[in-house]
Amino acid sequence: MTVRLYLWQRLTAALMAPMVLAHLAIIFYASRQGLTAAAMLARTRGSFGWALFYGVFVVAASIHASIGLNNVLCEWSPLKERGSGVLASAFGALLFLLGLRAVMAVVS
Amino acid sequence: MGSAPDELEVSLWRGGEAGRYEAYRVPLKENQTVLDLVTWIQRYLDPTLSYRFACRVGMCGSCAMTVDGRPRWTCRTLVAKILKGRRLEIGPLQNLPVIKDLAADMRPFFEKWQRAKGVFAPSQTRREAPAKIPPQSALRIAADAAIECINCGICYAACDSVRWNRDYLGPAALNRAWTLLNDARDKGNAERLRAVSGKDGCHNCHSHQSCERHCPKALNPTASIAGLKRKTLEAYLTGRIAG
Ligand code: SF4
Ligand code: SF4
Ligand code: FES
Repeated sequence: MTVRLYLWQRLTAALMAPMVLAHLAIIFYASRQGLTAAAMLARTRGSFGWALFYGVFVVAASIHASIGLNNVLCEWSPLKERGSGVLASAFGALLFLLGLRAVMAVVS
Repeated sequence: MGSAPDELEVSLWRGGEAGRYEAYRVPLKENQTVLDLVTWIQRYLDPTLSYRFACRVGMCGSCAMTVDGRPRWTCRTLVAKILKGRRLEIGPLQNLPVIKDLAADMRPFFEKWQRAKGVFAPSQTRREAPAKIPPQSALRIAADAAIECINCGICYAACDSVRWNRDYLGPAALNRAWTLLNDARDKGNAERLRAVSGKDGCHNCHSHQSCERHCPKALNPTASIAGLKRKTLEAYLTGRIAG
């Protein structure tokens, strides 16, 4: 791992740590309040705030996970550096697309 | 093979990479070190046994071997302290090629020492007055904590990151780079920061501290590497090194 990837991994981790806590708090709140799917969607649809929150989370998670996966593949698989890089980037892109799709589903 | 009460069964690695363990019976004596066992076998049972040692007092760092799965300095390891039962297995250091029997090939270890710029780059000549380094200065204190390394390779043999990435510079070379980074007399830091921040550099360390656990000099290469991670990050953010 290079210093550049190290920085991105730590940055995204630092960003995600409070976001995960906020996400858990939101789940807790929603279930305690007994919010229905319709009630949740009413809050999230068209909301720039929720789109930004979960959008940033999806981007950070995709970057963080693909760097981590790259390290695991480099260390534990017979793949060469290039192969691991391609596979990990593809995984990051997949996470990004799936995450984005999920965000779009609740905000649009 | 069984052994009498005052005897020990010692299995030694014999041959090169494709060797095997062979068992020997060695008399148990008081205050015997693991190196004593190996020496006894070479003197009395098989003079062709190859192994390495020099000082026998924990200074030269040449006698490291794998003893019952753990890397140890054999000249300072008392048999009585580590013996469980009546068997001991001794092999060459791990993570290094085997030359023959108990002698590992230390070349990759020392090559990485060079690659990490673990070599003093003097900023003055002998004609200038000696530099004054106050013992209480922060740099000196940081260097002091890591300086007593005897190049034994034990941390390197214990490091899983080296096992997974044979090009990783490893704890000893990085620990040495850290002492030099804190040496006010050295002028090689720009190059050194570049050398330790590349793809096989300090960021490969997972901080699981096997190096610290096994270092016979009770050094903490993990802490030195954490220092390098901080310094290289600073250098990267201020544009002094490229990613
Ligand atoms: S802390 Fe780092 S250098 Fe030390 S054994 Fe673990 S990975 Fe290797
Ligand atoms: S840091 Fe410790 S274990 Fe590693 S080479 Fe130096 S003395 Fe040996
Ligand atoms: S023989 Fe010198 S350290 Fe063991």
